[in-house]
Formats: sequence, structure tokens, C-alpha cells
Amino acid sequence: MISFSLWDILRNLLLAGRWTIALSLATFVLGGMLGLLILFVRTSKSRTLQNVARVYIEIFQGTPLLMQLFLVFFGVALFGLEVPAWLAAGLTLTLWSASYLAEIWRGCVEAIPRGQWEASSVLAMNYVQQMRYVILPQALRIAIPPTIGFSVQIIKGTAVTSIIGFVELSKAATVITNATFMPFTVYAAAGLFYFMLCWPLSKYSQFLERKYHAAHHH
Amino acid sequence: MPLITIDNVKKSYGANQVLKGIRMDVEPGEVIAIIGKSGSGKSTLLRCINGLESIDEGNISVAGAHLGKTELELRNLRLKVGMIFQQFNLFPHLSVGRNVMISPMIVKGTSEETARELAKKNLARVGLAEKFDSFPDQLSGGQQQRVAIARALSMEPQALLCDEVTSALDPELVNEVLSVVRSLADEGMTLIMVTHEMRFAREVCDRVVFMHHGKVHEIGAPEEIFANPATPELKQFLGMATH
Amino acid sequence: MAESERIMAYQFDFASTFDYTDILIKGVVTSIELIAIGGILGVAVGIFGAWARTQGPRWLRPFVSMYVELIRNTPFLIQLFFIFFGLPSIGVQITEMQAASLAMVINLGAYSTEIIRAGVVAVTKGQIEAGLSLAMTRLQIFRHVILRPALQKIWPALSSQIVIVMLGSAVCSQIAVEELSFAANFIQGRNFRAFEAYLITTVIYLAMAIILRQILRLIGTYFIIGRRSA
Repeated sequence: MISFSLWDILRNLLLAGRWTIALSLATFVLGGMLGLLILFVRTSKSRTLQNVARVYIEIFQGTPLLMQLFLVFFGVALFGLEVPAWLAAGLTLTLWSASYLAEIWRGCVEAIPRGQWEASSVLAMNYVQQMRYVILPQALRIAIPPTIGFSVQIIKGTAVTSIIGFVELSKAATVITNATFMPFTVYAAAGLFYFMLCWPLSKYSQFLERKYHAAHHH
Repeated sequence: MPLITIDNVKKSYGANQVLKGIRMDVEPGEVIAIIGKSGSGKSTLLRCINGLESIDEGNISVAGAHLGKTELELRNLRLKVGMIFQQFNLFPHLSVGRNVMISPMIVKGTSEETARELAKKNLARVGLAEKFDSFPDQLSGGQQQRVAIARALSMEPQALLCDEVTSALDPELVNEVLSVVRSLADEGMTLIMVTHEMRFAREVCDRVVFMHHGKVHEIGAPEEIFANPATPELKQFLGMATH
Repeated sequence: MAESERIMAYQFDFASTFDYTDILIKGVVTSIELIAIGGILGVAVGIFGAWARTQGPRWLRPFVSMYVELIRNTPFLIQLFFIFFGLPSIGVQITEMQAASLAMVINLGAYSTEIIRAGVVAVTKGQIEAGLSLAMTRLQIFRHVILRPALQKIWPALSSQIVIVMLGSAVCSQIAVEELSFAANFIQGRNFRAFEAYLITTVIYLAMAIILRQILRLIGTYFIIGRRSA
């Protein structure tokens, strides 16, 4: 009967935690890029394009992340491709986070007064130029707190990828629990590690939110 | 035997002393107007009487109930003296009738039927019997304030504190509220009113209190205060007044 | 075989999923049970938590804060596993349905506490002073003056969160709660039509989310705002 020290458990969890961080960062970057694209489509002048974006967002916000993971995992396999768990996880989380980020940023863009659009259009800017030079720079500042807030959701979302076999913090916790028969300690430790990743981001987001409100409500 | 005694009341907000030793007695059935510039402490004094503001020194008592610090003491005091606010503060999620009924029901345990009868009676008293099932956002400012009066009356208080009750009203709505207040005065209700309505004060009140920089600067019958102001501050204030 | 030939060689067979309609129905019913319990008790916990953080005894507040921060900064999956696997190891007996329900209540309770608290602090001081001058106790003021206007104000945000928790309940399948995801896993394990099974259950989830949103909207209109036209 092998006995495991607390340090063994923590060390293995920490090692797996690297993958949680890696997946979260990749999701944030790729999801951010895709989210920006969806934002443009969602706010474009074409009704058709708007509806395409709306359907996309409705699907990814209206279905469980777990189902999305399974669909990508098995869907890609239909093409006969061997899809590793990390790829399915990254792809799904990117698609999923893009829908939320697009909506968050749309709210920020809509918060920019109409007058900014009018002023830039009479300067003969087209839609992309308006967004790039006038609207987005202003929307950016408002967007930072909720975007940081959503990064917390991304980190928590990586936990579900353990179910399709991606070895990150939650999967490691399950494996270690099965080896050590110490679920209370292991899951508590895993929870604590997630907390240490998420809580500072949550607090920072709240701090920025307060600062923004204080600056803008006088 | 005074209904309300205010004895050497002092209050500060941090370094700023807002009430510098107020001494005042109010007899049952008296109608008192408190006038003065903003910042003179008149609203603060009113809000101290029913414990919405705490006092640092001195004593206040209403019909024997002493102004204390505990929730229980404060509630006992508030059963005896009601308040009408400048912003009406009706409960928006309740109908007019329920606004008036709710406190007797939950605070005094009155049955729903009795509370309903009492509410209808008080709403009729302020001229709004037909608005029983309406909601506050369907009423004009003057109507809302009259409902607020009916609501305070439902608790059957011995005195009413009126904190600039017409200041938030459009001019044409002021009179409907003032006539209700006048009828309460005629019925013998004890009233302390912080007000800018000088003409009303002159016609209805028994005594007028002029406050200045946290002290009772002058006090007396309306005829003396308005016709013969003794101090330069009161003279200047009355010169500024619109009525 | 070329890619295109491979994909065309795969015959989609959605019908075979419906050989297991009874399993699907049981899955839907269980998912509904989970969100009904989780939703009602979770909001109740949220009301208590919002009260505790604004008017409750001072000693209670740090505990509520810690609870809220802990739950909001850890994944639901870990919370679920901690309850289902961790509690028995310290002697607490718990079924999978109880664990899943408890996890959902605790999870929604934390988010609800924050959401409802935002509504509570938005109630103006004047309202509270009106209640005070009518000799109401603080608790009476919370119940009769603050609570309904607060819920009215935050109902859209709270509804969103309830739908999110409902979708998140899919992971309860991992502790063998026989809800909809579990049904999908079961079916594809039998007929090897994984994509079809998951696609169909995903569509069912989407329908459930849309219906839940409608139900919550109706609750908001009729019970929170009241039977009058706004």
C-alpha cells in the first residue's frame, strides 16, 4: 500500500495546472480574435450577416459546453481524423469563448454614443475604419473589466475538457484521487489552485470596474 | 404637559456641528413651522425627532417615549410620531391601498379587513378614496404626497413631522397637499413642519421657529415673527422669502 | 480512402438515437428536476445571502463573502466532485442525485447572492426611511419594502444565471446522474452513433434553454412585477 504525501499530490496537481494555464491563454487569444470577427459580423449593416452571427452566438451560449466538446470531438472524427483531446478542447473553447466575448464587446461598442459614429462617417470613413480608429479604441477601455472577468470563466471552463480526456488540473485531480483514495484532500487542493488562478483576476476586474464608474459618473 | 420635548440637542457630522443645543417643547395640538436657510439644521432636527438621525447630546421624547439607541426604543417612538417626506417615498411595487394598509398589518398586527377599512377611511380623508387600487406611478406628485399622508395617518400617530412636503411639487399641486395639512391641523393633530411656504405658515401655525446655523434663532407666534422680525438674520431671511 | 470519400461513407443515422426515446425522456425529466430544485433553492439561498451581506449580523458577513468568492472562482465540476466524492470520505452518505442537487444549489446560491445584493443596495434610502418611520423592523423592511423591487430590478441577470446553471448541469452526468448528457452517453455507447446522439441532445438542450428563458420571463412579469400592466 503506497502512501502519498501531501506534497506528492500538490506537485502533480501543479504540473497539470500548467496545462490549464496554457489552454486558458490559447483560448483567450484565439477566442479573442474570433470574437472580434464575430463582433464585426454581428454589428455589420447586412441583416443576413447579423443573423448569422446571432445564430452562432445563440448556439454557443444556449447549449452546454460539455455537449459542444463532444460534438467537436466526435464530429471531427467523422472526417476520419484522429483528433487529440487538446485539439478538440482548444477548438471548442475558442468557438465557445468567441461567442461570449463578441457579446461582451458588442455591449461596449453600443455604449459609445451615436455622435461618434456620425462624426466619423461625415469624415468619409467606412465601417471598418470607423471601428478601427474611432469606436474600438474608446470601447476598449470600457471592455477591459468584463473581458478580464470573462477570462475567469475561461479558466473554469477548461475543467470540463477533462471529460474528453485532456489532462489538465481537473483530470489530474481525478487520476490522483483514484490513486490515493483521498478525494476530500485532492479536490480541495484542486479547488484551491483554481481559486488562486481566478480570484486575483476577479478582484482586478472588480477594481477596474469601480475605477471606471468613479471616473465616468461625475 | 408637552407632547414633544427637545432638550439641549446637539449633533455634529464629523467636525461640522449641525445642531448646537436646541431646546423646544411642543404642546398637544400645536402646529409648529420651522423655517430657515438650507444648512440651518432644520431638516436634521426634524429627522432627529423620529430617530432617522442620531443625536450626540441631549434628550428627545415624544408622548413619554424617550429617544433611545436600540431598535426597540426607536420603533416605540415611531409608533407615536409619523413622517411625511419631500420625495413622498411611496412603495412602488404596492398599490395605493396596500401602501396605506401594510404597516398597520405587519407592525401592529391589524387584520387585513380592519386595515382595509382604515385605509379607505384615511384615503377618503385626503380625497383619494377612488385611487385605492391604483399604483403610485399612475398618480401625480400631489396625489402621491396625499397618499403618503394617508399612509402615515394609518398608524394613528400622535404627531406628524412634515419635511418640506411641498418642495418637490409643481406649483399647481401644492395647494391640494396644503389643504389636507390644514384640515389635519383643524382636527387637532400635532404638526411640526419644515417648510418654505411662508403664507401657509402664517395662516395655519401656532408658532414659528426660525433656525440659523444650528440654533433656534427666534421663536414666536406667526404675527410676531413675520410682522416684527427681531434679529437681522431673520429680517434678511424674510426679505429673501418668496411669499 | 480520400477525405471526401470517408465523410460520404459515413452514413448519418439519426433515427437510431430514437430507439432509445425512453432514455432520452428520462434524461430530460431528470435535467428538469435538477434545475427546478437548483433554481428554487438556489434563489432562496441567494435571498438569504443578500440579506446577510446587507443587513445580517456582522459576524456572519465574512463567511458569506468567503462562500461567494470560493464558489465563483472555482469550476462547478470540482465543486460537484468535492461534494460527491469528498464528503463520503469524511463519513457523509450522499446519493448522486443529492450531491448534484446540492452542488447546483450551492453554485447558484453564490451567484444569486451577488446578483440579488446588487438589487438590494439599489433600493433608495428614502424607501427604507419611509419603512422606518412607519415603525417597521429592519427585517420587515427587507421583506416588504426592499425584496420585491430588488428582484424586479435584477430579474434579467438572475434569469441568465439560472439558464447558465441549467446548461452547466450537463456535467452531473459524470457522477452517473441520469440526466440528458448521461442519456446521450448511454445511447452512443449502445449504438455507436456518437455524433448523432450528441447532436440530438444538444438540440434538446437548446430547446430547454429557450423554454426556460421564456418561463423565467413569465415569472418575472407575473409574480415579480405583479399582475398589473407595467
